Parts: sequence; structure tokens; C-alpha cells
Amino acid sequence: MKPNSSLHHKVEPRYRQPIPVCHDLSLARELVGLHDSGALWWPDEKTLVVSDLHLEKAASIAKRKGLMLPPYDSAVTLEKLASLIDSFNPRRVICLGDSFHDIESSRNMPAAYLAMLTTMQLGREWIWITGNHDPEIAEHVWGERYDELSINSLSFRHEPKEGAERGEICGHLHPAAKVRRIGRTIRRACFATDGKRLVLPAFGALTGGLNVMDKAFSEVFDARRFSVYMLGNGRLFPFTAAKLLNE
Amino acid sequence: MADTSHLPAAFNSWFESRGWAPRTHQMELFAKVSAGNSALLIAPTGGGKTLAGFLPSLVDLSLRNVGDTSKSNKQATSGSGRLHTLYMSPLKALASDIHRNLEVPIEEMGLSIKLETRSGDTPSHKKQRQKRIPPDILLTTPEQISLLLSDANCERLFADLQFVILDELHELVTSKRGDLLALALTRLRKLAPNLRCIGLSATIAHPDDLRAYLVAQPLSQKVELAALVQAKGGAKPHITILETQERLPWSGHSCIYALPEIYEEIKAHQTTLVFVNTRSQAERLFQELWRINDETLPIAIHHGSLDVSQRRKVEAHMAAGKLKAVVCTSSLDLGIDWGDIDLVINVGAPKGASRLAQRIGRANHRMNEASKAILVPSNRFEVLECQVALEASEAGQQDTPPLRDGGLDVLAQHIMCVACAAPFAPDQLYEEVISSQTYRYLEYELFLKTVEFVATGGYTLKTYEKYAKLRPTKDGRLRLSHPQFAQQYRLNSGTILDAATLKVRQVKPRGANSRRPLGFGGKMLGEIEEWFIEQLVVGDTFIFAGQTLRFEGLKESEAYVSRSSSSDPKIPTYQGGKFPLSTYLADGVRSLISDPHTWSDLPGQVHEWLTMQRNKSQLPEYDRLLVETFPRNEKHYLVCYPFEGRLVHQTLGMLLTRRLERAGLHPLGFVATEYSLALWGLRDMGLAIQRGTLRLDELFEEDMLGDDLEAWLAESSLMKRTFRNCAMISGLVERRHPGKEKTGRQITINTDLIYNVLHEHEPDHLLLQATWTDAATGLLDISRLGHFLTRIDKRITHSALSQVSPLSVPVLLEIGKEPIFGSASDALLADAADDLILEAQL
Repeated sequence: MKPNSSLHHKVEPRYRQPIPVCHDLSLARELVGLHDSGALWWPDEKTLVVSDLHLEKAASIAKRKGLMLPPYDSAVTLEKLASLIDSFNPRRVICLGDSFHDIESSRNMPAAYLAMLTTMQLGREWIWITGNHDPEIAEHVWGERYDELSINSLSFRHEPKEGAERGEICGHLHPAAKVRRIGRTIRRACFATDGKRLVLPAFGALTGGLNVMDKAFSEVFDARRFSVYMLGNGRLFPFTAAKLLNE
Repeated sequence: MADTSHLPAAFNSWFESRGWAPRTHQMELFAKVSAGNSALLIAPTGGGKTLAGFLPSLVDLSLRNVGDTSKSNKQATSGSGRLHTLYMSPLKALASDIHRNLEVPIEEMGLSIKLETRSGDTPSHKKQRQKRIPPDILLTTPEQISLLLSDANCERLFADLQFVILDELHELVTSKRGDLLALALTRLRKLAPNLRCIGLSATIAHPDDLRAYLVAQPLSQKVELAALVQAKGGAKPHITILETQERLPWSGHSCIYALPEIYEEIKAHQTTLVFVNTRSQAERLFQELWRINDETLPIAIHHGSLDVSQRRKVEAHMAAGKLKAVVCTSSLDLGIDWGDIDLVINVGAPKGASRLAQRIGRANHRMNEASKAILVPSNRFEVLECQVALEASEAGQQDTPPLRDGGLDVLAQHIMCVACAAPFAPDQLYEEVISSQTYRYLEYELFLKTVEFVATGGYTLKTYEKYAKLRPTKDGRLRLSHPQFAQQYRLNSGTILDAATLKVRQVKPRGANSRRPLGFGGKMLGEIEEWFIEQLVVGDTFIFAGQTLRFEGLKESEAYVSRSSSSDPKIPTYQGGKFPLSTYLADGVRSLISDPHTWSDLPGQVHEWLTMQRNKSQLPEYDRLLVETFPRNEKHYLVCYPFEGRLVHQTLGMLLTRRLERAGLHPLGFVATEYSLALWGLRDMGLAIQRGTLRLDELFEEDMLGDDLEAWLAESSLMKRTFRNCAMISGLVERRHPGKEKTGRQITINTDLIYNVLHEHEPDHLLLQATWTDAATGLLDISRLGHFLTRIDKRITHSALSQVSPLSVPVLLEIGKEPIFGSASDALLADAADDLILEAQL
């Protein structure tokens, strides 16, 4: 898509039909597509990958801290996922961990949300990779559980593993990047990759981001030798790490 | 001469020993308050306002302690152990000044009165002790009072309270702090039935607003008013506009052109105060003045971001008459003995008639001498504004804003405060709340919704009932469901969120590749807003505290800087004190421009400029909107002159762009100034207007405040910032304590995301209502835009030109100087990413 050259700010419906066009990336001899929603599309395997849904996060915070955030985050996340599934029609969906904000979230998720989830799962393979927030997922939630999983030359796990491994796809870190332009800074969630490993942005509605320049990323990528793809509206914005700002 | 027979002998002899006599208004206020009334004192600067406010309290305390002589000496010197008087001011610095200034008379009169301050910086053991054994007089801030009210023992603490003195009340009531204070007062009145409020204020447009603010309002429509005492105004000030020999700039705000002339005035006077509108202007002007300061005159700088010790030093030198001039912002305040100031120079636009009058009052040290002031406009439009302000000042006109309606987010915080102290009955609390003038029109339904919001978030989807923070007791009251929420309230209460600041500490510079950690213990220079520091990367330079500094890094809540010799510093752009043009002045400017007969007092250059405009295009008429269109550099421009201030123009620009886009005219961008708005695009808008395909009446139709506004606001970052404030004040999210975040993967909940989710699923939610109200009056000033659109409805004049008009030059010069407002961040990102692609190809 051609970047919008007009300086005028267009308002589009937030969940417009996603255009199944992605930014192509080659990773361990596989061709994958980065989508502006923060999902990964693997066309050869007809597989859709999303990370860090953090379903029921608001409810969990209300319970633990008494901060009453809008109880609609699960609905927003699930609607966004459903519309992606509609347009890509994947054979397999992989959720890369931290799909539920805590262990009780999957147990206590309201029936309406569970129904939404089950509808999406119909007719396709569904894989839950476990994460630090959801080492266990309640039994009545359908889908296979794996701590990690390899398909062809790609491997899927929640947290990046020590020692660079080719073709690792993970989440956990909620990467976000910050750039400066005409005196304004812009911060967005992003994909981050060094060509060997790819970290997906968090997909959930109330999930914040961690700046990729933070030291937590120094164990994942060699300093400054990686690129990010910041999420935009209908396109992604690539930057090398050298162009990015610290928090 | 005032009648002083009612003053105790100790007071009269103290006045005599000083060679002073109490002033008429001081005695008048004393009489009214002693008779049991609350009262408002309106007095110009230098009128002994603060002493007047304290006089009833000091006298009452001295009489009370006379009866206590039987008690031991020790007890006498340590006060009565009962809280008698509260003093509140908008600035905590002011509280400590008052402390110093009051100690002298108390000591000299031999009164046994204990005086203490309490602010966020007071050590916690002292705060604890103050709760157990309070001083007689406590000098503090509205936030601290709310915190004390949330304590379970507050009933005992405030039971004996007699007086609340509210200094600079005109300043306090204009913000959410004023709302918080109004609610705290309703509580205090309940706990201390004898309470009398004394408000101290500068001259304002609507004194009755403040008089009503000071007393409890009845349930009926009747408005109760506090007594009013007005000090006689001093001699009329002598104000002039600088008659420059230089060329007046078309645009900009720096006033650099007038530097030599300002310098000459400083030389010619004893002591000069140079007022500017923002702290960044203060820094800039200070630097420039020193550049030409060949005689090394002692010129200092003073603004709210500087470290207290630095400010104190400047103030002390000032009082001792050691300084020739001080460059300052409005933070420089009264209650401080300023020595002999014989000139005030106001650099830049005055922005409001009352604001100007208050500033000029600073030179009015002795009330009956005329103060002298010079206005220095920084560009041609500001000349007009200065002229109008000068006339308003001569006529004694005031344009302070009316009292605001209380915010729902502040109410939510107050409900939590009350609940922390003890269980409460909602209907009783409601009656208490609407006894304040600020909240008197609050409906019961809305109040209950706010209580519901505090308890469970107030969502249509009732999922949080089981986690409710407030639960009903058997007798129908509501109580806190867990003590942890009281702790949470105390950590997060308050209303001033924009003041999230970082301390600036000077350290030794680090080498480019040094891995050595940053040094400790450098000199503290002051505080800067957090968001400004966030924009910096290590190595960036900026001007602060009168020097060029290099940013070295962030450590906890401190920004480390070193001295730099860079010649091209990034100037702090922090907004401190950026005021919109008052409606009153805007009206005056429109009237002045439209009528050539009134131009005689204007400088020749401005006269010439307006005449050229009349010949080449036309003058904006007083009650119509002038729209000019012309081509320039292959682009087509549309410039209009609403004179409603930058905020309104930015919102208008955003909405017009949407409409032009829809009309197929492909607008490319816009830029706004205080006076005018310019839009440009690739299609000829002038031609479209002449052909009738674009109708100006429709373009400026008021219905743009409907769907267009709604749609834009949903995405607007201003709206999101407003929401963030409301969310924090109301307690929906926890406040960020800058520098106190846990390191690593601690991720704060992003309020933008919450806003999106809420806007999508429950657009009528209480907090979105509060955000909308805030936006309408605050950042976006929608109500003012609405008034403007009604005013010019079907009264638009189009002037189709073949080239730039004289009046449009200032706004066109702004293009490229500042980020084009409204450029979506996606477009900026695209630019940045495309740059990178270009680089890669080279």
C-alpha cells in the first residue's frame, strides 16, 4: 500500500477488514509475512501466529489491585483475532504464550468470550504455547498445549532461549520502538528481528510495550544489530536499531 | 487612618515600633471576620494582603493564649496542641516564605503561637507528629488537606479549627485543585462548625464567584456570599508600548530585535522586572541580555523550574537591592519583599488584561506611587494586542475567567478520600458536596454514578461487583472493602499531573565512549517537566538555569547534565505558563483592526502594514470573518483570521481539513497562530469558492462540532492526554512516580489503550464524559470555538487574491518553523522510514 502522503489524519474504523497483505521476511529459509495487526502469517503452512493475548487482564487487575479498568479488553482482543481468522482462513493458529493473563483467567473467563473463542477454533488446528502467565490453561479450553514446538525449520516458544538459534519465533518481551521526527517522538509496538530470531509484538488490547533499546533485549539481540517493523495503519515501518531512541 | 481600637495592645505597639499603621482594608477585614463572617479581600500587590489575612487569626490566638497563662511555660511556647488556622496557597514555596515573614511579628509581639509548614517534602515522622500534636497554624497545600481528611482521626484534628486562609484564591479556583479545595472545604465546614474562610485575591472580573466559593451554599437557589473588603487601588500605573527604532518582526516571540532598547531601560532604572510568558523565553532572553551586557550589570533569572535555593538567592539579592534586573515568569510571586522595583517590562503579548495588571502591580511597591511599565510586543500582531491591553488597563477592565464547574474525576477522588476516613451515607455526602458553589448544580443521579464508578468502575457490564472497593454496611452506609485501598488512595491522590518533573543535577561531563558511571552529588539546578527530558537523547543540549547544558543521562528521578559550550542549543520548549489570548483582548484586537480611525496610537510600521492590507486585500471587519485565498509556489492557500487563540485555531484547522478533504480539494496541511489560521493544498480553493463548488458558509457551519469533531476526537492525541489526566485523578489507574518505576520489564498500563477500549465499548462512560468536559474547556477549548462559529455564521467575506496578503505574512512565516499540527503520526513515520530507504539506496 502506498503511504498516505496527505498530512490529513484519516479516521478509519478500528477493525476494518484486514488486508491480507504482509511485509515479507525470510527467516531460516522460510518466507513469513508480518501483518500490521502484529500477527505473523506463514503462507506455506497456512499458519497464523499471535503472541501475548493476555485475555482477562483487566479482570485480573481489578481483582488484585482494585483498579477497575474497562472489562472489555478480552472482547476487543478476540474480535480482532476473529477478523484476522476471517480474512486469512488459517489451517493452524499458534498462540505464543501469555494467552491468558493468569491461571484463573482461563478458568473464569465469561461464557460469551469462551464461545467466541470456540467459534474461531472450529475447523482448524489450535495450539497454545504455554507462557509465564499461563503455565496452565483450564481444561475446558480447547486446543493442544506445548511448551515449545518446531515445524519445518521454525521453532515456536514463548520466551527467547539463550544462544542464538536460527528460525526462533517468540513473544514475551512486548517489543515497542520509538523514533523522533520533526520534534515529535512516536512510539509503537513492533516486530523485532536480527534475521535469525523474530520477536512478535503483544496482540492483546491492554498490553503495553517495552522499548527494544531496554537492556532486557540485549540478551536477545546483539547490540544495535537488529531491525524493527513498527505497526502502522495498513503498513509497517522498518527501522534499523541505530535509528531508534531509548525510552 | 484606620480605627485600631479593637486591636490588642500588643499588636498596636508592634505596629508602632515598626513605624507602621494598620491599613484601612486590614482593619475592615479584621472587623468583618471578628464578627463571625467569612470574607474575601481584594487588594493589589503590595497592599499587605497576607498580614491582613492573618490578623484575625493572630489576634484570636493571642487572646486565647492569654487565658491559658496558668499553664506551664514550656507548653505555652509549644502552642496549644490544637489546630486553629490553616493557610493554603497554590505554591508550596509561598508557604515557606509566609512562614519566615510571620515568625518575625509573632516573636516580636511575644505571642506563644506555633507555626509549621506541611508539604509533600515534609519528612514522614514530622507529618505523623503533626497529626498527633498539630501546630496552631499550619501552612500547607490543598493536596495535603485532602490527605489529612482521609485520616480516620480527622474529626479530632479539625474539631477546633477556626480559620482557613486561602491565598491567591483567584489563581487556585481556576484549576482542578480549586475543585479539590472546594470539596475539602465542605468537609472542613462539617467537622468545624465555627469555621470562617478568608480569601485573598488580586483584582478580578467577578468577585461574587469567589465570595460564593468561600461559604456553604443553601439547598435553595439563593446564593450565599462572603463579606467583601476591597482595598483602595493605588495610583494608576503609567504604561507605554516600547517605541522601537528597529524593524518590527513579522512573527516569532523572541523580542531579540528590542534587546538593546530593553538593556538601555534597565540601565536607566534602579531595579527592573522583565516578565516573559514562558520559561523557555526567560532562558533565551536572559542569555541574550548577558551577551550584550558589556557593563556586566547584575541581571538574574527567576522561574518556577529553578531550584529553590537558586531562587532564594535571587530573591535575597533582590531584597538587598543588589540586582539591576530579574528576568522572570509569572511564578515570581508576592509575599516576598522585593525591594525598590521602579520598572516592569512585559516582553511578548500580555494575553489578558487582568494578567497584565497583576504583573504591573509588582512595581507598585508603595501603593500610592504610580508604577511604571513598558510593553514590548514581539511581533506586529502583538503590537495590536498590547495596545488593547493598555487601553483596558487604563479603563480598569478585568478579564479573569468565571468560576469553573467541578470535575467528576476530582469528585471521584474526594469520595474515595471520605471513604478512607470513615463509612459514609451517600445522600448525606451528596448534600455536603452540593453545598460548594463549584458542585452545587451536580445532579444526584450523576453523583450516584460517580460513587458507583469509585466502587466498581461503573460499567454497564457488571463484572466487577465481586471486587467492589466500597461495600454497603447494614445501616445503608458505604465502607471501604479493604484497607489496602486507603494506602493506594494516599499514594495516588492530588490533581496536578502536568507537574511530573525531574530534578536536574549538574555533573562532570563524560567522555564519548566512557563506561564510567555518572558521578554523584553535583549541584542541583532545578526541575524540568518529565516529558521534555523524555524527548532528549544523551548528548542533546539545551538552555536551562541560564546556561547551556548537555544531557548526560537519567538516574532515578534525576536528569544528569553537564555544562556545554555548544553554540546551537536546543531550547527547552516546555510549556510552563502558555496562556491563550483572552476573549476580551481578542475582541479588542478585532475592533481595533477593523476601524482605521483608532489606529492613531499605533506605531508607524504597524499603521503602514494595516494600510497595505486595506489596499491589497481588505481589513477583517469586526463582526465578520475574513477568508483570503491565493496561490504561492504551486500551492494554494486559504488564510482566515478568527483571533481566538492557537488552541481554537488548531481544532478549527483539523476540522476544516477534514471538510476540504471531503470536498475533494486535497488539503496538505495547516498551521495556526494566536490570531490566524492558514491551510494549503494542491487544488485552487479560491476558484472553487468563486465557482460555488465550495461554499464558505457551509465550510464554517457550526455542525462541524458534531460528527466531524466526534470522529476526530476519537483519534486525537489531545483527547487521549486529557483522558490520561482524568484516569489518574479519578483513581482508575495508578499514578506514575517518575523514576520510581521498577526497572526491566515493568510495564505501566497505557491509558491510550484503555481509552480505545472504553471509547469502543462504552462511549457514555462517566470518565469519557469527564474527559469531554475537560477537553471542551481546556486543551481544545471547544466551547470557545462554538461561540466563534455562531458569531460568524453566514458572515464570511471572501477575498480572492493573486498573491500573499500583508496580514497573512506572519502565519505563513510559521510554516516549517514548528511541526505542522495535524500531521498524523503515520505520515511522519512514513517520511522517516522513506528517508531510511533513500539513505540505503545512496
